Amino acid sequence: MLYVAVAVRAFRRYATYTAATLAGIFTNSVFGVIISYTYIAVWTHNPSAGGYDVSDAVTYAWLGQAMIMTVAVWGGGATDDLAARIRTGDVALDLYRPVGLLGWWLATDLGRAAYHLLTRGLAPTLVGAVLFDLRYPDGPVTWLLFAVSTVLAVVVSFGIRMLVTASAFWLLDDTGVKQLQIVVAMFFSGLVVPLVLFPGWTRDLAMALPWAAFLQVPADIWLGRRAGDEAWWGLIFQAAWAAALLGVCQVVLQRARRKVVVQGG
Amino acid sequence: MAEVLTRLSWALRAYLLLAAAWVRVSMAYRASFWMMTVAQFVVTGLDFVAIVIMFANVDALGGFSLAEVAFLYGGAGLCLGIADLLLGNIERLGTRIRMGTFDAMMVRPVSLFAQVASDQFALRRLGRITQAAVVLLWSIVALDLDWTPSKVLMIGYLVACGTAIFTAFFTLGGAMQFLTIDAAEVANAFTYGGNTFAQYPMTIYPREIVKALTFLVPIGFVNWYPSLYVLGRPDPFGLPEWLQFASPVAAVVLGLVAAWAWRAGVRRYRSTGS
Repeated sequence: MLYVAVAVRAFRRYATYTAATLAGIFTNSVFGVIISYTYIAVWTHNPSAGGYDVSDAVTYAWLGQAMIMTVAVWGGGATDDLAARIRTGDVALDLYRPVGLLGWWLATDLGRAAYHLLTRGLAPTLVGAVLFDLRYPDGPVTWLLFAVSTVLAVVVSFGIRMLVTASAFWLLDDTGVKQLQIVVAMFFSGLVVPLVLFPGWTRDLAMALPWAAFLQVPADIWLGRRAGDEAWWGLIFQAAWAAALLGVCQVVLQRARRKVVVQGG
Repeated sequence: MAEVLTRLSWALRAYLLLAAAWVRVSMAYRASFWMMTVAQFVVTGLDFVAIVIMFANVDALGGFSLAEVAFLYGGAGLCLGIADLLLGNIERLGTRIRMGTFDAMMVRPVSLFAQVASDQFALRRLGRITQAAVVLLWSIVALDLDWTPSKVLMIGYLVACGTAIFTAFFTLGGAMQFLTIDAAEVANAFTYGGNTFAQYPMTIYPREIVKALTFLVPIGFVNWYPSLYVLGRPDPFGLPEWLQFASPVAAVVLGLVAAWAWRAGVRRYRSTGS
């Protein structure tokens, strides 16, 4: 229950900035339009590129815009707040709390993600639906699987961002590591080019990395490219990465606890 | 007239001195500087890798080959990169207004615009510029065009006008922050979004969008129209050929609008708080 309360407050905190949200939706929509037309150009020349057809590809473009903020592909979110607290030493207070550090911040990030999904996720998708011919999940089961997949995507992303943030316990400043993570995440999440277009073994590699859980897996479930058992395997893939990353986070945070020296005190 | 020129030269001098100071600041952490510069090179490089991956699946995009798209990509990237280096940090204006440090700038006897434009001047943006230049050079080598002096001149002219257009968009974005700080991200749709629009041949967009990008939001004049001349292609939309030489007009008009917006914004500014 405590975690729900934390998540609700995180949701409300982000909901304060309406103008910023509207501006973000506008920008997401502009990029959605550009990416849609580039994909249309690709699929006009090669109608079955990567096993997608043109409406799969355009839908993928808009799902990508919807996921940027929800899954925090560009970083940010609750882990950035924690990084600032590590830098200033405020994290000492967090460590005093009778709540696990990991659970607390995961709840915060899920609250944030819920807000971003309902605004920065939903609104550009509606814009895309008005402007283009999109494809939608073909039944309640697919909607449900997609919903679960989206939550898992946020958790996987949280796990990676948390590890980046935890590096601040040792480095004091996580900017460099964060930058590096964003580069890798942008590319291997399939935000710029769907992973299905990657040639040869690079495709298999990209599909196995945790960043594939950000966008490619949820999108494939939405599009019905992963149906039946395939969809379940997709969720298992995401859940496995989520569990592994959270496990590593837990170990790292345990060690960090011993490492913490509150600066100046 | 002479007075205007003196003021301009003072503003320019202030800009250069401030920028040089920020360069010295960044050089205090030399390792950090180089890492960030290389990181920028790689980030924008991956952007181009994405286009190469698309071309692994098709052999033309909107009727343009990889080398031709690389020419468009490099041209747009170079213009945006230089504009971003020169005054990209104008987007920090909102933070300055919120923190109240903008007021401190206003009382200094130095051009306000020069101060805002040079704020935290980031030489590391050379990373992006270098990457775009490399792609542009590669495309020029790969294209094997019939070079004439006018085409060579056209490349310099493309970079100058394109940079001017993006500079105007950055300024407009800055001016908008006098109205609303929170909505600052809208500017990204015009600067970075404009750059992404310009990276691809306009033939992939519908006719209405191309017209809007010509007459409404003049992104097409950054590199599309000049590039058509260099690549020796007739306008695919049948628009008049003189558009290929009209970039300076677009740059000047947009520049005047941006200058007006900036002045109006500064005049309207009433400080934060009470």
